[in-house]
Amino acid sequence: MKPHRQKRLGIILFIAVGLSLAVGLTLFALRQNINMFYTPTQVAAGEVASGVQFRIGGMVKAGTIQEDQGSLRVSFVTTDYASDVPVQYEGILPDLFREGQGVVAEGQIDSAGVFHASKVLAKHDENYMSPEVKAALDAAGASPENHMMQPET
Amino acid sequence: MLPELGSFSLILALCLCGILGTLPMVGAHTGNQVWMNLARPLAAGIFVFLGIGFAILVYAFLTDDFSVSFVAQHSNSMLPMRYKFTAAWGGHEGSFLLWTFMLAGWMFAVGVFSKSMPIDFVARVLGVLGLISFSYILFMLATSNPFDRIVPLPPADGADLNSALQDIGFILHPPTLYMGYVGFSVVFAFAIAALISGRMDAAWARWSRPWANVAWAILTIGIALGSWWAYYELGWGGWWAWDPVENPPLITWLFGTALVHSLAVTEKRGVFKSWTILLAILAFSGSLLGTFITRSGLLTSVHAFASDPDRGFFILGILGIAIGGSLLLYALRAPLMKADAGFELVSREMFLLANNVILVVAAASVFLGTLFPMVYQAITDDLISIGPPYFNAIFAPLMMLLVVFLGVGPLSRWKRTSPAYLVAQLSRVALASLVLGVLIPLLVLLEFSLAASITLLLALWVIFSIARDMADKTANKKTRVAGLRSLSWSYYGMQLAHFGIAVMLVGVSLTSYFSSERSVLLDIGGTVELGGYRFDLVDSRRIEGPNYFGEQVEMTVSRDGEVFRVLNPERRLYVASGTPSTEMAIDAGLFRDLFVTLGEQRDSGAWTMTIYVKPFVRWIWLGAIFMAFGACIAAGDKRYRRLRVRETRTAGSPSSEVMQPAS
Repeated sequence: MKPHRQKRLGIILFIAVGLSLAVGLTLFALRQNINMFYTPTQVAAGEVASGVQFRIGGMVKAGTIQEDQGSLRVSFVTTDYASDVPVQYEGILPDLFREGQGVVAEGQIDSAGVFHASKVLAKHDENYMSPEVKAALDAAGASPENHMMQPET
Repeated sequence: MLPELGSFSLILALCLCGILGTLPMVGAHTGNQVWMNLARPLAAGIFVFLGIGFAILVYAFLTDDFSVSFVAQHSNSMLPMRYKFTAAWGGHEGSFLLWTFMLAGWMFAVGVFSKSMPIDFVARVLGVLGLISFSYILFMLATSNPFDRIVPLPPADGADLNSALQDIGFILHPPTLYMGYVGFSVVFAFAIAALISGRMDAAWARWSRPWANVAWAILTIGIALGSWWAYYELGWGGWWAWDPVENPPLITWLFGTALVHSLAVTEKRGVFKSWTILLAILAFSGSLLGTFITRSGLLTSVHAFASDPDRGFFILGILGIAIGGSLLLYALRAPLMKADAGFELVSREMFLLANNVILVVAAASVFLGTLFPMVYQAITDDLISIGPPYFNAIFAPLMMLLVVFLGVGPLSRWKRTSPAYLVAQLSRVALASLVLGVLIPLLVLLEFSLAASITLLLALWVIFSIARDMADKTANKKTRVAGLRSLSWSYYGMQLAHFGIAVMLVGVSLTSYFSSERSVLLDIGGTVELGGYRFDLVDSRRIEGPNYFGEQVEMTVSRDGEVFRVLNPERRLYVASGTPSTEMAIDAGLFRDLFVTLGEQRDSGAWTMTIYVKPFVRWIWLGAIFMAFGACIAAGDKRYRRLRVRETRTAGSPSSEVMQPAS
């Protein structure tokens, strides 16, 4: 084989090996790390098996935040105004976590229907509603405007 | 009245962009000197009018003109002066104006620093930039004019700037990031001008390189600032979250890094030409993609602006035309490019190719992970998210591989290197980094972690190979000092940037593997120990700021029974917006950060808080600073200045520079 052919073959082989390695790794990693998103209605209907990692999004139901006095355990109810799902979390909640505001939690559901969150997300910008929460409310036929909390005075 | 003048100056700038995008381009095609010479004054004019527009917006903020809708949404009469100033880029409209203004700044700079380039080339570069600005300003006027008024009843006071943005990190991060982002538009314009004119030679690469280096350096700093800001402001102790809005700058940066290296090959050896052009197009597309993702609100992210679908479609339109158009041009012109020289399987070209392939694959996998949820939703209607584990699983091995090549590349020779030479040069380097990489964590931290050892080993590999190379390159001179003096700026720049990678690698690995954190509920007088430090909660008190009130706790930090630092984390409530915000307290150090975030106070009076000990976290940003410095030093290399003079002399006889069609 001529040297420049050999070089070209080398380059092509190198790129092919690199690419297939990357594609393989990517697909493997993607399969492992997709978090599906469910609405409280879907979760309450039992659409998710226990032990599966997923995200749930809805509003924090007013009057349901309960803090354990002796530890960092917190429980609240997330709702899409059609169904409710109780959530438990141990840790510090984000600044913008409040009753009547949207919340997205990541974690697993147990057999009793309680969601154990490993992560709770609330947003930077309070005018901004995460597409996930909005989708959950739309799916349940509840527009957030009808249920918006009155601004604090 | 003033805000209307602001709109008016935007419209004027739009008109100038329209002219800049057409006349000089046509002039360059037909050889009309007058039309080509219009490019520089037009670029200056656009810079001036966008500057006036931006100044008027800032003035509206400083004077609390709440009849302007954008001001009313992002400012408040109680906001401290410096934040009123920076609130001008605290939301979509204003930040887009800043973005466009920065692009105009780059255009102006191209006009000023291009005296040595042939005028037809300058006309084309500025013409392309004019077209880009034209689409940006059109977008701004059509969907997000920052000067829109609230009529007839303006609010008495504004809604206040988002509390997370009232901070020094925010003052610096977006302008720097934008500056770096739009800097790649310049390199893109150089590439398009080269495609149009058919001028794809070493001179072209030499003109592009300083611009690419500077844009890359600024982008590096911009990303690092964002990471630093997220670290201390968002309060979760992390420095990178693979957030959908963090990713596009990283994608652009990865393409940009590949481009900087590929340009080096094109300049020195006259090969990889069409690849370099493609990378310039990709880096620019990355910056447009970032704009699209941030401003369309399609992805869930901490950064997303409250959004409006029209904007998304508009940007998608720009994206489609710019990327589609440039790729079409590329497809038509690229086959004409021909390599000036060959190279062998083991050569510096080959190692740089490896660098490029890895960087592009890394960029592609980040791109895939970022956009996958969006595509998935469009197809199945299900919402999904992709977590950091995906990105870590792909990114970390790729970067490790990249660093392995990084050690070899600079030592290898252009065109052909004998493998035996490389082995002789690097066997001791490899051995030393292997031994120390395993020993250091073991001795210093009394812990063994395979992952930490591997990354440390790689960092040492880079550092030792730099030392080896410098020793080698100075060996033949009379004295070491004379040898060091003989090395060029661009050589030092390269090595400094590579050293920055090693520093960052140390930071990333030690922070990731040896950080500790604890969330606790603490009464006044309570104590918690973490990582050999003892934290005592001494006191809490109410505080009042200019536009917020809140609570502050006092914590003493002690080690071996000796108090060495008092930390005062705060929890604030911003009056106008009613948003709560936590202010972290950090004891920063070169070797470790102590970091306390305050949660809420329970009814019992106890505070929830999280304490972090983060070893070597500063090294991540320190590494980025080295990298940026390195790129700037390389951009200032003598040869760019010296050769410019020679270029002007030979500019009249371009025949040898024009590329030949491939047979």
